[in-house]
Amino acid sequence: MPSGLGVSTREIPPPRGDTMTSMAELERTHKPSTPALTAWEYAPAPEAREIVTLQDRYGIFVGGEFVEPRSSEWFPSLSPSSEETLAEVAQAGEEDVDAAVTAARSAFENGWSSLAPSERAKYLYRIARLIQERSRELAVLESLDGGKPIRESRDVDLPLAAAHFFYYAGWADKLEYAFPDRRPKPLGVAGQIIPWNFPLLMLAWKIAPALASGNTVVLKPAETTPLTALLFADICRQAELPGGVVNIVTGDGRAGAALVKHPDVDKIAFTGSTEVGKAIQRELAGTGTKLTLELGGKAANIIFDDAALDGAVEGIVNGIYFNQGHVCCAGSRLLVQESIYEQTIAKLKRRLETLRLGDPLDKNTDIGAINSKLQLEKITELVEAGKEEGAEIYQPPCRLPEKGYWFAPTVFTNVAQSYRIAQEEIFGPVLSVLTFRTPEEAVEKANNTPYGLSAGVWTEKGSRILWMAQQLRAGVVWANTFNRFDPSSPFGGYKESGFGREGGRHGLEPYLRFEGASEPWGG
Amino acid sequence: MARLPVRKTYKLFIGGEFPRSESGRTYEAEGQNVARASRKDARDAVKAARGAQPGWAAATAYNRGQVLYRLAEMMEARAGDLAAVSSGKKEVETAIDRVVWYAGWADKLAQVIGSSNPVAGPYFNFSVPEPTGVVAIVAPDEPALGGLISRVLPALVGGNAVVALASEAKPLAAIELAEAIATSDLPGGVVNFLTGHRDELAPILAGHMDVNALDVTGADGQTPELERLAADNVKRIVHGEPDEQSLWAIASFLELKTVWHPVGQ
Repeated sequence: MPSGLGVSTREIPPPRGDTMTSMAELERTHKPSTPALTAWEYAPAPEAREIVTLQDRYGIFVGGEFVEPRSSEWFPSLSPSSEETLAEVAQAGEEDVDAAVTAARSAFENGWSSLAPSERAKYLYRIARLIQERSRELAVLESLDGGKPIRESRDVDLPLAAAHFFYYAGWADKLEYAFPDRRPKPLGVAGQIIPWNFPLLMLAWKIAPALASGNTVVLKPAETTPLTALLFADICRQAELPGGVVNIVTGDGRAGAALVKHPDVDKIAFTGSTEVGKAIQRELAGTGTKLTLELGGKAANIIFDDAALDGAVEGIVNGIYFNQGHVCCAGSRLLVQESIYEQTIAKLKRRLETLRLGDPLDKNTDIGAINSKLQLEKITELVEAGKEEGAEIYQPPCRLPEKGYWFAPTVFTNVAQSYRIAQEEIFGPVLSVLTFRTPEEAVEKANNTPYGLSAGVWTEKGSRILWMAQQLRAGVVWANTFNRFDPSSPFGGYKESGFGREGGRHGLEPYLRFEGASEPWGG
Repeated sequence: MARLPVRKTYKLFIGGEFPRSESGRTYEAEGQNVARASRKDARDAVKAARGAQPGWAAATAYNRGQVLYRLAEMMEARAGDLAAVSSGKKEVETAIDRVVWYAGWADKLAQVIGSSNPVAGPYFNFSVPEPTGVVAIVAPDEPALGGLISRVLPALVGGNAVVALASEAKPLAAIELAEAIATSDLPGGVVNFLTGHRDELAPILAGHMDVNALDVTGADGQTPELERLAADNVKRIVHGEPDEQSLWAIASFLELKTVWHPVGQ
């Protein structure tokens, strides 16, 4: 059950500066004294998990059916909120990846690429509808396997995943309008590697434009969150999608590396860390394989003194605590104009006390589980570094469940730009606060990072919004909002946040080649 | 007795000036001694490009178009000189017309490449192309002048600054072109030309952490090595045609920025 951060009783916050472990211990043993203030306690409101039926074991999905991996290796997919094993999945080896690529190639050449685009569109529409029909089941599984609150998987991940298929379905037979005079053609087999933060949504971002463009795919979901992708295989079956058009190989980075290195893959699309993205770019150097990368970020969320502050505080919270901060475009650096610093931080702290951390399946939960033990260790390490470097930490009073991987929402103040917590992507619910005086200083600080994925601006002054939007070196700028996504809206980074766009008309281009010659010599 | 002609010294083009290589080196190409740029020269060129890029990008699209059109005017005035360092008159005329063609895109490309996006919610959402920043170009050998124009102009028109490594075998066209550029109102540093040994200079540009995109059109067998180096800061890699004229060549040097704002009363 969720342990409210802002439970009815106002507890005395624990001493600051404790390590998370000790603070968690303290909270676990802390018995609240007689409440000074009482209010209605939240009753548990868990979503029923019975809607999901899992097999004990899943092979790899190749050529339209599940097959045992030739590697004969398996590993468990855990629920990060309870550490229970949900199912065993295959660790695909090189032979398994090869089988999947072969199946994809065969499906591409024997039907899919010659299918009328309008028919291709209808398969995608079917998939969109099936996702909508099975959205409750998928949402519950997403929260079980990944730890994100059901409120988010139900209201964000699932509707957007279905919308992506619906949007790209309509492009399938209109590609020549997207690229006039360029005679767009599919590339062939697309290898797609996706992260664990939005497992099904990232699958949709990858598969929908690839299929709409006439490609077949081999998708590798993240090691810690393979289950919704495997359930998607069942949706492909229900849609009667021809075997081999979508293939799913599970496993850790070894399976991803095998896919990247496979000579018969025409395109690699990767979403994940900048470090791995660079390794993939190096690996593909000189091969001619098309590549798009959607990598890390360290977005600035910039609050001007004329901003509607209550709304901005909601935007700050949504920017960094949405999905436990496991968001590449998270607003992890808060830049506050000096004149409103104190009141902004006070409001932010008050708001954090009302966030509820706990069971991802509880509909009242705001903050779920950290996706994996490994990620929890990374977050903890960086938070320790922040404290050691001299930043001041704030965490609201918070009970962390005994089992599973958890991290309380965290705010660092007194942060210098040079601190690791201001430079490195934490990928957790940790906000670093910096200040600025002038718009120029805000721009300089915001752009002072090798990343360039997203940015936020909060001000009531229209001309300033547009000026800031021009100055910020980021692929997405949210003005007076944050973390909004839509299939028609192109998404992707500047600088070391990657290249290529996903979403919109622009999101088709990475999956196409163009036979139309450029204008000949002499125009 | 016939008058002895005054010969030209072929130097680099960095930051709007024509310095010798700081290394003091030259090599012989096309019957001339040409500056053989060093690592330091390459870095200076990137620095000049980085310094000039924001101003060039901030110029109005109309202004960028006029400056590039002015470049065509300056090339026309030097058509004879340019013909002497390329395959001849026809290549020069085509190159000049191509500059005019690209100049005209400056204030139109956002309308063709950008978009307004109908998101499912009360938001106004639009996408605009922006320059990627500093572009390094490994220019092709042929056509000597047309190849430079085909690679450099699409990068320029969108607001990027360029460091181009001229063909090692045919570097003179770059320096002649630089003289037209220097009188074209293009701010110093927006275009920089290096001459020298490709094996030595291209990897420096490919691995430079302040270069945003790398055009490997003229890199030949060096492409895999350059692409590997380019991954250090996730450079955009452009495989172009040595001789093309295309909006999509412009697009390959652009980023796309998407802006959201709520709609309400």
